Amino acid sequence: MKNYGVFDILGPIMVGPSSSHTAGAARLGNLARIIVGKPFSRVDFYLHGSFAKTMAGHGTDKALLAGVLGMRPDDENLSKSFEIAKEKNINFTFEEKDLGYTHSNTVKFVFTLAKNKKFHVTGSSIGGGNVLITNIDGTEIEFSGSKPTILVRNRDTKGVIAHISTILATSEVNIATMNVVRNKDIATMVIEVDSNIEESLINKISELKDIIYIKGINPIKE
Amino acid sequence: MFDSGKTLLELCSDNNKSIWEITVKSEIKNTGIDENTLIDKLREILIVMEESALIGLDREINTMGGLLDNDAIKLEQYKKSGKTFSGEFILDAVAKSLSVSQVNASMGKVVAAPTAGAAGIMPAILFSNKKNHSFNEKDMIKGLLTSSAIGQIIAKKATVSGAEGGCQAECGSAAAMAAGALVEMVNGTPEQVLHAASFALTNIMGLICDPIAGLVEYPCALRNTSGVTNAYLSADLALSGMKSLIPFDEVVESMFEVGNLMPSSLKETALGGLATTPTGEMIRDKLK
Repeated sequence: MKNYGVFDILGPIMVGPSSSHTAGAARLGNLARIIVGKPFSRVDFYLHGSFAKTMAGHGTDKALLAGVLGMRPDDENLSKSFEIAKEKNINFTFEEKDLGYTHSNTVKFVFTLAKNKKFHVTGSSIGGGNVLITNIDGTEIEFSGSKPTILVRNRDTKGVIAHISTILATSEVNIATMNVVRNKDIATMVIEVDSNIEESLINKISELKDIIYIKGINPIKE
Repeated sequence: MFDSGKTLLELCSDNNKSIWEITVKSEIKNTGIDENTLIDKLREILIVMEESALIGLDREINTMGGLLDNDAIKLEQYKKSGKTFSGEFILDAVAKSLSVSQVNASMGKVVAAPTAGAAGIMPAILFSNKKNHSFNEKDMIKGLLTSSAIGQIIAKKATVSGAEGGCQAECGSAAAMAAGALVEMVNGTPEQVLHAASFALTNIMGLICDPIAGLVEYPCALRNTSGVTNAYLSADLALSGMKSLIPFDEVVESMFEVGNLMPSSLKETALGGLATTPTGEMIRDKLK
């Protein structure tokens, strides 16, 4: 059984009306934005299950868009995200789509980056504002973003994990959990750590040979 | 560390502490947070709770579905008429809960306690007691901590999600948390806190979640108002010396079992109850 703390029960401080359909949606949007990590001109949102059914009435569309624009779940401008996106010249569409056997509150973000390159992220809002990212650009992965998380993709060669854990150890960052998934010859690593991630740490790891992508994601504050 | 009402009461009696003190200790131990940060975060919660409880009393708020008709303003005026059945004290709190429900349904800022749909109950009992009991910030923080202890046990042993347990899990849990907080804020015993929480859950056991058009508006706002009165009644019953025949842990487990037996049509899906009455369906179709 999961353990609960004071702020799992009292909180989040959020813009209503629904912790899973509004606050969770904003949180997912934020995580997707950080994972993409590059400027984008367009986002297509594909909503699955309950997310699609209650979308407008729960402000799920506004909250998802607000999230990818960088607004947090308690930002009172959340309800104005359509207007704000237009001001920033970011195009967006929402479409209902069956994403297969997955959590009922699931969304797939398809970002259009420079040179018309696409990048997609899928995640679910699993209740009380808590979320899970389940797929990054085709790689199935699972992390919640509730702890500081380092996301690494690298060419699958010997020693990469050892090099990364050495850098973490010398930077006095303690690893809480570590997951590695391999897809062809690309490995994706999700490392949850106990302390907030500094930019310098990410820079150090990115200098390693065979690293294709790296992101440090600190928890989204309420 | 507590995961049941029984262990919570044992910790209180072994250490000669109140529930709020045990909750602080447990939170520090489990999360590593320091006491000052914990209290600061609770202060932030109080600020948002108070704002959301007051905004709707004198300001019109348009909710997304338009199903709540600025009832907080009406009640705020009616309560002063001197001819009410419930009395000014209760209605003052009820108006505040309506305010929070309206703020929530208009994409305003609230504190989920334990959920957004049930967010009106805790602010109502915290900020409406000024006449009979003057609660200061310290009292309210004790109340918040106690309510969270009750909510943590319910979340662990059962659920606080309407999709899983119906409204009894949302407004029922919020009322139980509020009842316990009220008892703690007037220095009732830990046993009385849990009796009050047990009464609140017992009073509404079996309550379904049947939102019109799937929106967090109606009957959610109404069930927040009855959650407020349930909390006051349950606190008074416990403080008068009345005891819950069934221990808190068993009441919580029973609420969970009832929630599991409830068909999914009555758990937030808007496929039953008031949501599928002819009028409920007409409203849904109109909003499409």
